[in-house]
Amino acid sequence: MQTRDVVFIALFAAIIAALAVFPPITLPVIAVPITAQSLGVMLAGGILGAKRGGLAVLLLLVLVAIGLPLLSGGRGGFGVFLGPTAGYLAGWVVAAFLIGYLTERNWTRLNYVLAFLFCVVGGVVALYAIGVPWSAYVAKVSLAAAFTGSMPFVPGDIVKALIAAAVIMIVKRSYPIIGARA
Amino acid sequence: MITFSDVSVEKSGTEILRGIDLTIRERRVGVIGRNGSGKSTFARLFNGIEVPTSGSVSLDASGDPKQLRRHVGFVFQNPDNQIVYPIVWEDLEFGLKNLGLPRDEIRQRVDDVLKRFGLQHLRDRFTHQLSGGEKQMVALAGVLVMQPRMIVFDEPTTLLDLWNKQMLMAAMEELEQHIVVVSHDLELLKGFDRVLHFDDGVIIEDGEPGAVIANYVARSRC
Amino acid sequence: MLTDLYVTGDSPVHRTRPVIKIAALIVLCTSLFAFEGRESLLISAVIVTAGFALAGLKARHAWQSLRPALWILIAIFAVQVYLADLALAAFVVSRFAVLILAAALVTLTTTTSQFVDGIGAALKHAPAWVPKARIALAISLCIRFIPLIRNTFGEVRQAQRARGLERNFLALLVPLVVRTLKSADEISQAIYARSFD
Repeated sequence: MQTRDVVFIALFAAIIAALAVFPPITLPVIAVPITAQSLGVMLAGGILGAKRGGLAVLLLLVLVAIGLPLLSGGRGGFGVFLGPTAGYLAGWVVAAFLIGYLTERNWTRLNYVLAFLFCVVGGVVALYAIGVPWSAYVAKVSLAAAFTGSMPFVPGDIVKALIAAAVIMIVKRSYPIIGARA
Repeated sequence: MITFSDVSVEKSGTEILRGIDLTIRERRVGVIGRNGSGKSTFARLFNGIEVPTSGSVSLDASGDPKQLRRHVGFVFQNPDNQIVYPIVWEDLEFGLKNLGLPRDEIRQRVDDVLKRFGLQHLRDRFTHQLSGGEKQMVALAGVLVMQPRMIVFDEPTTLLDLWNKQMLMAAMEELEQHIVVVSHDLELLKGFDRVLHFDDGVIIEDGEPGAVIANYVARSRC
Repeated sequence: MLTDLYVTGDSPVHRTRPVIKIAALIVLCTSLFAFEGRESLLISAVIVTAGFALAGLKARHAWQSLRPALWILIAIFAVQVYLADLALAAFVVSRFAVLILAAALVTLTTTTSQFVDGIGAALKHAPAWVPKARIALAISLCIRFIPLIRNTFGEVRQAQRARGLERNFLALLVPLVVRTLKSADEISQAIYARSFD
């Protein structure tokens, strides 16, 4: 790991933090607000790759833990890791890593559809696979109930994957990081 | 004394610099040239940020890149990219910690450099809250605190207003170190000992500032 | 400006070393799940309340810490009442409240720089394969660049507003990301130039 990688990790963690102030957009029909921050997690993996993307998210979570209110809505501190949705934060690290891994593996043939699929696999499937059981355990509800409860957020996350894939493809063309002198 | 022996730099198949051969003994040297002429890459060779594809750069006969980096400081155009710590004193300590100096000496050197530029009041400030001029002075202080023998400036005044530019020029004037200044601001190079004019990866003119700058200006008009 | 959630004070809780507070927090959280029951919950609640009083924190601070999780806690309460009974609902939600308040007690009485120093001190004892200097650098760099990137984001938003695109995700994200990534090269060079390896 070079100094340049450390800089990428730190800057991307800062980007995800800055996205907390992105005004939430409410989709019609489902009425669940979309925040840009988890979109930043998808971008971390799809733009920096597995290791750097995962570490960028981890770094952000460390800063949140030590008292900086960097999550959307000004949330921060240890409390967010003990609340009912903490599993999704842990899942972010895995999501960024997995999206990064899939993107790296398919870098040369990456297209919009693949990028979107990878964002869904990491940023929706893997994320919920960690977040849902975690909620079920700490809130003492059945898996099915926790699953049902998280469903309203899925459409928003699919929309984020659509946007993230577009950004990943544009950045791949204009300023590639993954393929460049690895 | 710094010597470039037949230095070429190639990046992704493009030659940025070709066969640069020169020795610098002068105290103040200016570097001019149009955008993309290779002068920025040339500046980055002085302290090993860039390494030659062929040829060598040596400081007093030593070609060790760590020695180059240790003894040649670099001031970037945008101080925002140079300041890496959230608080002024932390940033000033950064380079010294990397040299592995003892704590007392680090403190002493930071205090000295702040006093020298009259920046004591900035010591505990957040770096991102400084004005553009203050940032450039802190960036310069972060280089000087390492006590380099030579300092390279890459377009140091581009982002500064007239007042801050004059403040920086006054500070540069007082430096005892040898300095190399890359600049589009020709006024900055008045009174320098030597000016190099780069074009398309080679030095096309090298000499007294008066003549070199006059020819450069004439060239830009045709 | 990057503010932390710290509430100024000079109580024994404030003066306790961060590492001790974190250790206490871990013990408390673990025991709440390991010895699950009303007794452990009650004891923990008493400890946390005493800690709040000792630290001179007000009910307002407790409320501010709980508020972000409020809606989801209400939802969990409703689900538990519907699927199980009132007692379980009360237990689950109270346990979350105690966990969150215990964490808040640590967060509100410790400054971010105390934590950073604590991490630095812990890294000194870390084994050789841990890239200590790089971890410390990454933390500082991130804190340093968050305000800067927020500014960049503000500028991008303004520029896109002029084109009527301020609610277009792509038009906002692409320039933000590309501008930031481009600055990474020069930042790395600057770090190298100051003898960091």
